[in-house]
Amino acid sequence: MLLEVKDIHVHYGNIAALKGVTVEVGEGEIVTLIGANGAGKTTTLKTISGLRPLTSGSIRFEGRDISRMPGHKRLLAGIGQAPEGRGIFPGMTVLENLYMGAYARKGNLDKDLEEVFELFPRLAERKDQPGGTMSGGEQQMLAIGRALMARPKVLLLDEPSMGLAPMLIQQIFKIIEEINRRGTTVLVVEQNAQQALQLAHRAYVLETGRVVKSAPARDLLDDPEVRAAYLGTGAGAAPKGAAQG
Amino acid sequence: MTDNANTKTGAVLTKEAPPAADNDNSRGLGGRFADIVPRARRVAGNWPAPARPVIFGLNVVLGPLVALSDAFHDWWVRQGRAARWAVYGLLILFALVLPSDMIGNVMSPHTEWQTLLFFPIGGYILLAIGLNVVVGQAGLLDLGYVAFFAVGAYAMAIFGKYHGWNFWEILIVGVVISALSGIVLGAPTLRLRGDYLAIVTLGFGEIIRIAAQNWDYVNGPNGISGIPHPPNLSDWEIPEGQPWEFLGLAGMKPFTYGALDGRPYYYLMLAAIIASIIFCKRLENSRVGRSWAAIREDEDAAELMGVPTFRFKLGAFAIGAAIGGAAGVVYASQATSIIPNNFPFILSATILAAVVLGGSGNLPGVMVGAFLVAWLPEYFRGLAEYRILIFGLALVVMMALRPEGILPSRRRQAELAEGTGGMGALGAEVAGPGTQAATEGAK
Repeated sequence: MLLEVKDIHVHYGNIAALKGVTVEVGEGEIVTLIGANGAGKTTTLKTISGLRPLTSGSIRFEGRDISRMPGHKRLLAGIGQAPEGRGIFPGMTVLENLYMGAYARKGNLDKDLEEVFELFPRLAERKDQPGGTMSGGEQQMLAIGRALMARPKVLLLDEPSMGLAPMLIQQIFKIIEEINRRGTTVLVVEQNAQQALQLAHRAYVLETGRVVKSAPARDLLDDPEVRAAYLGTGAGAAPKGAAQG
Repeated sequence: MTDNANTKTGAVLTKEAPPAADNDNSRGLGGRFADIVPRARRVAGNWPAPARPVIFGLNVVLGPLVALSDAFHDWWVRQGRAARWAVYGLLILFALVLPSDMIGNVMSPHTEWQTLLFFPIGGYILLAIGLNVVVGQAGLLDLGYVAFFAVGAYAMAIFGKYHGWNFWEILIVGVVISALSGIVLGAPTLRLRGDYLAIVTLGFGEIIRIAAQNWDYVNGPNGISGIPHPPNLSDWEIPEGQPWEFLGLAGMKPFTYGALDGRPYYYLMLAAIIASIIFCKRLENSRVGRSWAAIREDEDAAELMGVPTFRFKLGAFAIGAAIGGAAGVVYASQATSIIPNNFPFILSATILAAVVLGGSGNLPGVMVGAFLVAWLPEYFRGLAEYRILIFGLALVVMMALRPEGILPSRRRQAELAEGTGGMGALGAEVAGPGTQAATEGAK
């Protein structure tokens, strides 16, 4: 396994956000974490990327224990993340944002830039525009493109569909699939379970800080419990992610 | 999305309006002036009806200033090296003749201009440059900046009076001690963010003052007097005759530090200011500056990009503290006597006001802000107590009309439009993406 998260507990003050989450991501996979608001999806990602300290449990990446490694070093280890709410640098131009993505790297970046612009032609058009003045969809593209600039082995995506129109969600998810096809492992957190389950190979369902189900994504699409709880009105439903914060 | 938010951010977020409508570089000065009235109307439209005439009027009055500064900015970014150095040279020349009585009579009818130039004007400017590293560049809200000013001043007092060191030695030691105190304060507190950090720094500012007040070694509330002046560098005198007499500078000894003449200290402060500007400007354009910008705009994202955020925040604190300490050393060497009450909380607040008012993150803006904050109350000294009222009113009006400051950096304007990130929202975490959902849906 490329990434092994074993029984992690995370607290915000006295409140337990994660009460023993175990997630495994194999090389080349797309794995998704789905669940309602406050289930602990984002916290799980933040703990993997080192933005949140864990109380107990362990995180292993390529067999190495990285539980205590500071966040900025995990990027060097090969974990890249497009954070929740896109987290782009609003005052920097698109190009500057992308260069920030390669902050920790040395060497020529032309090839990586080219690849990002090929995936997101929109970013090439808006190269010199400040990130903060772009639309939500463009910001999401920028966040993913920026994360790719670091050439991560595993890409963590936090709610890529949040606040986007259905058309754009489709587009973003297609690109995520393409990124995976090119060899990057993807762990994606989603509230939009319908989309995420169609995209991913395997899925975990989180509820109040615990994994309650884990199975191949296709199986969960047909799972009656999951259908009732997360898929609601079924295929084609409007995303309800906008209110998530 | 509410109506108000829509009009504020809509201009830059929706596709119908060209994204850079407000910052169009191609417009000339004429275009800018033609735009003043429509623009004032637009801005006023965002306010509740009773306030509209006032806002409209103020915008029309201040419009030309803003247009001029924007036009200058556009001219400036197009200039090459030679033109820029020429401007720098002229500015330094202007700073050198600034103590002239001619200027003083206009600028300061109530107080001695030369002393005023050293402190508060020069002192505030240097402090603002230092605080700008912390607040403007790294985006850390520091409400106790006066602590480092105090540390520098007390370093000068202790080493100068008790140990007989000379000014130049103490300047170095004082800067180092201040930087260390910045690290000592920062190490345990920089894990906090925004408002929490602000409260802790506020506490630190008070701790230093109260510690000095209760420490017998530095005479508690009576402070230390008889701090030595810097040793004279040279007895050289500006010769009699023109143009010096015309400027009112003839016969001055700019490198002789006595009790009577404030001007040599002003030049000392000026040297410190210029050195700090060069230092900060170089940092800003380096990898360090980019790391600070990333931290300011989104600290989590910066960490995810591999920026060692904690280390860079600590660095910003140390550098800001070092500059504050330098200001303290120079100040104490002129004042010859310091007491803990020279370093009240209100001084931290004033310097912060200068930074925000001038345009946090932009050095020329910050310096203009510091100058205004130092000079306006002195200029209006004739109005006695009302001057503070007027000063406060001016701050409120200014922030209402131009929250990004008098001379903001372009980047800062973009951050403010986004409503997230560091000091862009003064440490408050304002939801960004949620407010854009509506725009996205409309695509």
